[in-house]
Amino acid sequence: MVSKVARNWSRKVIIAGALILFLLPLIQIPFRTYVTLTIAGLAMGMLLFLVASGVSIILGLMDVLNFAHGALFAWGAYAGFSVFQWLAPWVRADSVALNIGVFGLAALAAILAVGILGMVLERMIVRRVYGNHLFQILITFGATIVLVELIRVIWGPNDEVMPTPLTLQGHWDVFDVVILRYPVLCIALGAATYGIIQWILKQTKLGIIVRAGVENRDMVQAMGYNIYLLFTGVFAFGAALAAFGGLAMSIFTMQVYPDMGSTYLLFAFIVVIIGGLGSATGSLVGALIVGLAYNYVAYMLPWAAAGVNILVMIVILLIRPTGLFPVGK
Amino acid sequence: MSEPILKVTDIHTYIGRHHILQGVSFEALPDSVTVLIGRNGAGKSTSLKTVIGLLPAFRGSIVFRGEPIEDKKPYEIARLGMAFVPEDMGIFTTLTVEENMRVAMLAEDKGSQGRLEKVLEIFPDLRKFWKAKAGNLSGGQKQMLAIARAITNDTDLLLIDEPSKGLAPVIVESLIQVINRIKGKSVVVLVEQNFYMASRVGDRYFILDDGSVVHSGTMTELMEREDLQSRYLVIAQR
Repeated sequence: MVSKVARNWSRKVIIAGALILFLLPLIQIPFRTYVTLTIAGLAMGMLLFLVASGVSIILGLMDVLNFAHGALFAWGAYAGFSVFQWLAPWVRADSVALNIGVFGLAALAAILAVGILGMVLERMIVRRVYGNHLFQILITFGATIVLVELIRVIWGPNDEVMPTPLTLQGHWDVFDVVILRYPVLCIALGAATYGIIQWILKQTKLGIIVRAGVENRDMVQAMGYNIYLLFTGVFAFGAALAAFGGLAMSIFTMQVYPDMGSTYLLFAFIVVIIGGLGSATGSLVGALIVGLAYNYVAYMLPWAAAGVNILVMIVILLIRPTGLFPVGK
Repeated sequence: MSEPILKVTDIHTYIGRHHILQGVSFEALPDSVTVLIGRNGAGKSTSLKTVIGLLPAFRGSIVFRGEPIEDKKPYEIARLGMAFVPEDMGIFTTLTVEENMRVAMLAEDKGSQGRLEKVLEIFPDLRKFWKAKAGNLSGGQKQMLAIARAITNDTDLLLIDEPSKGLAPVIVESLIQVINRIKGKSVVVLVEQNFYMASRVGDRYFILDDGSVVHSGTMTELMEREDLQSRYLVIAQR
């Protein structure tokens, strides 16, 4: 009983502590800059959530360490990049409908292509190494090398500039504060994705079965459900989320490059560890903490930006080793 | 004697390198409760897990309603009309009672809703805690939920593993009444170390020891065999 109370308090202490720390930059930087950084941090957080939530659900339900997740993220970016190239006039057009249309098509292409790729990966490779984390790491790392090399073969080895549809460029001036449009869209997309994931998990029977499987997959099987079909579906869904995150992040950073997945995969694992395995809410809160921390520190202490999230992860784990919102097994 | 609904013949099961079941054979007849009894480590739970497919049978046959199932997956066996209540109850603690029941219901049509209502008549406490997290229920309530889930579909065979374990005597009495009530609708194979419970619900028994069946017969016969009771069973206080 005491430990449950302590666990609940430790989560509240961490979140309250994070909120206070995130207000501290106001002491040093102008308010307008702070707002811009906060929006950028929230946007980055939402994009990290898209990647991390897939990792969290795959790791939580299937107990699979998928190091190919970063490559799937990159494939999503490149699938979107191809659509933007094929429909370049729509990207450059001064038309909201065409801009939103091409973004939608790019997202659809990324989600479908990488969702299918995820299904193939799970059936052919991952399924053979269930229950063995070492083999999972080795085999998915191998898959990463192959997938990244395929990117180089198909799209070339060079960094490319990711076109941004005109409607997504630009900014608003709100009380003399510059608010860029695309980060706001990222926040909205991330929030909508979280809402959809929560609706699926909490309101639909499929989501309830997924949550049950996170806790006890043997029992789910014994109750009449093909857990392996569920695994394939969950893996594909996680891959699709990574792809969408890859597309959105590549527009945010305005670049695509073959190794882009490895950078964000590290962030994704940090988010999952901070947020707790198998929890979409944990992934969201963890991602926002990581996104905001990175942006504030990158502005104030650029040399510390690379390591700040490792430090955040260590501090949170010392206080709450299971992460903020772990789903019990 | 009518045809058994479940016939397990010479089953061998390994867990890792350990040869746990060394030729177990038993059967369950219609309209009866068959009890697998024996000491800790005898292979009782392993027998149930092998029947439901959670552990693969290395050798032997399992026939359910005339159909061999030893090579089938657990979800295929469950959909044939078998349900399993494991020793740890298998409750999804982070889900509500309602969500646990929704997972259990393979269909969500009018017929299923009608069956659910009948189940809730047997377990009225579940209605009271419908929106509560299953992890917050008491031990007895969790066991009731586990059994309710198992009978919510058209279950022909119910496998229950040590339902009285860790429960207060008054809860054990409730469980006895529930199992006797279920008896007419589903065949039950029950694993129990608690002889009191076994004797109150069981019709036939199979005693397991060191991975094989050493004695079998009717419960009436076992109640007259104090030598078997003291040698193989836990004689629980009421």
